[in-house]
Amino acid sequence: MTRPPVIELRGMARSYPGPPPVHALRPVDLVIESGDYVAVTGPSGSGKSTLLHLLGLLDTPTGGTYLLDGVDTGSLPDKARSALRGRRIGFVFQSFHLLPYRTAAENVVLAQLYNRTPRAQRYAAAFTALERVGLGHRVDAQPTTLSGGESQRVAIARALVNRPSLLLCDEPTGNLDSRNAGTVMELLDALHADGFTIVVITHDAQVAARAGRSVSIKDGSLSEAEPDSGPHPTGSMSGVDHA
Amino acid sequence: MPSLRPARRRTADQVGVPHSRLTARDMSAEAVAGIVQRPGRAVLTMLGTILGVGAFVAVLGLTATAAGQISKQFTVLDDTTVTVQDNGPADDASPPGTFPAIGFPADADRIAERIAGVTAAGVWWPVSLPQGADFTSSLGLSATPVDNLDLLAASPGAVQAMGLSMVAGSPLSTYENASAQHVAMIDSGTARALGISPARLSDQPAVFVGGIAYTIVGVYSSAQRVVAQESAMLIPADTALADFGDPQPGIGNEDEAQMIVATKLGAARVVGAQIAAAELPTDPSRLVVASPPDPQTLQNQVGNDLTGLFLILASISLLIGAVGIANTTLVAVLERTGEIGLRRALGARPRHIAGQFLAESTALGTLGGLIGTSLGVLTVVGFAAARDWTAVLNPAVTLPAPLIGSVVGLLAGTYPALRAARTSPLAALRHAG
Repeated sequence: MTRPPVIELRGMARSYPGPPPVHALRPVDLVIESGDYVAVTGPSGSGKSTLLHLLGLLDTPTGGTYLLDGVDTGSLPDKARSALRGRRIGFVFQSFHLLPYRTAAENVVLAQLYNRTPRAQRYAAAFTALERVGLGHRVDAQPTTLSGGESQRVAIARALVNRPSLLLCDEPTGNLDSRNAGTVMELLDALHADGFTIVVITHDAQVAARAGRSVSIKDGSLSEAEPDSGPHPTGSMSGVDHA
Repeated sequence: MPSLRPARRRTADQVGVPHSRLTARDMSAEAVAGIVQRPGRAVLTMLGTILGVGAFVAVLGLTATAAGQISKQFTVLDDTTVTVQDNGPADDASPPGTFPAIGFPADADRIAERIAGVTAAGVWWPVSLPQGADFTSSLGLSATPVDNLDLLAASPGAVQAMGLSMVAGSPLSTYENASAQHVAMIDSGTARALGISPARLSDQPAVFVGGIAYTIVGVYSSAQRVVAQESAMLIPADTALADFGDPQPGIGNEDEAQMIVATKLGAARVVGAQIAAAELPTDPSRLVVASPPDPQTLQNQVGNDLTGLFLILASISLLIGAVGIANTTLVAVLERTGEIGLRRALGARPRHIAGQFLAESTALGTLGGLIGTSLGVLTVVGFAAARDWTAVLNPAVTLPAPLIGSVVGLLAGTYPALRAARTSPLAALRHAG
């Protein structure tokens, strides 16, 4: 039995009713296989965020289909979409979104609050995730005492603690200086090597260059960028001839 | 160390992921965390609820305490008082214009005092004066005669049982009674009205009643029984018999001879059961034993008006408390849009978001209710202690009082919680992003 792609988009589109109607995302076909590391680039207002929200099940497409792990998400009720979000997708945001007044470990534990993780296992899993991002010594740190890079690594730990199918990163280095950005990008590389499927939305060419595969959005239209010389296999827009 | 590889996925034709869930315990923990991270604001938010619930508990507690104190005083008096009335003989054979001899024997006082539990007892009756009789002082200092004065005949035991507080002089004595002396006691108010100075009783002032002079030998200020509420002049019983004859018997004409019996605490019932037979073994049914009416109901009615007013004030406080909680929770919802978006991204359903904020406002209300109840109880206990009273708190009111706060919090949090639940995760993430 072959494993379905993590993401399969068939003509997925998002438009906002007018007048005049706004086509935030024109129909797009895209296949992202398990273990892929894909960068989505494009200037501001190009539709990157729309794509992120659709992939993250935070928004619903107005056309086409979106299969996550082979499941057609279009027909799912909100409670199933919430469940998928909580279990299969790990979000990393530009502004970290750590809760103040909660320690690093408590912030990571938050990701296990809604998905039926037994209480007794939560902190062990959180500690493991924090170890993985190199913050095993800062589990009790308050967010205010963390540097930007550390904050983003806590957020990444929170995203991966549930071992999701997809790590969805929205400008993960947008709020970081170059040194911290480098640490975070190295961490994403390492997670990719561990087998995580990663989609990074960025306008930073350096970040995009790290990914094995890069797609760009302009004016709501998606196009596959030239494959770089990296060792990673690349998908294609048609989604048929993946290695 | 657990694996941190991506989880192995299940079959493709079903979601394969159980629905999101937020256990009650997790929800409470999140609510408490939300409250304790802003302790100062939490206290200010709870203030209205604290005051409302505190006022509620304090008002009801103070009312109950005061009522308990009043009823305690009356109960003490009830439990130590027996009255016996002379209903007259079965067949009245006395000639017209006169009345039969009083039903109580001559040594009625001593017979009663031999009953265990009796501290003092004696016979008394209101003397019915001839038409036109009034009271005038021998000193002539007060020209105005006093007519709203009751002349009471009282045996020495009755004077003792009435529990008089003497201002000057001495109570009527056994000797004065036995020798039918023309002496009298009056209350201090009447003494003042008649121009008699309690300090100058040695001058032997007299009060003329229908032409008969009675030397004032004692002035009292207050009494426990019989003459507590009225202006009265007491003369020895035997003197009254000699001067005015026997009183009219029969309950209802209010002139009949009575016996007032002061007993030890709680002995009234036992004494009441024996006294008729002890005093009049030949015809005990002629004597009617009674206890005074219970004035507690009247006292409670007086208290209720004030209680109602305070409870209205407490309700207003609670309403203000509810508005405070609603306002703060709404502000928290707006402030924490980013958090709401994050939680939605982590799998929370709208109902989980609503539940969390509702739990927060309910916890705030409950906490306010608990603090308010504690302060209310402290107020009641402190007030009672300061007055040396017994604090009375009805558990049926005090124990559920914190729940009033919970209800206030729950109602106040409903709108903000619904609003939080309706917050789009997109808008929420963009908001803080």
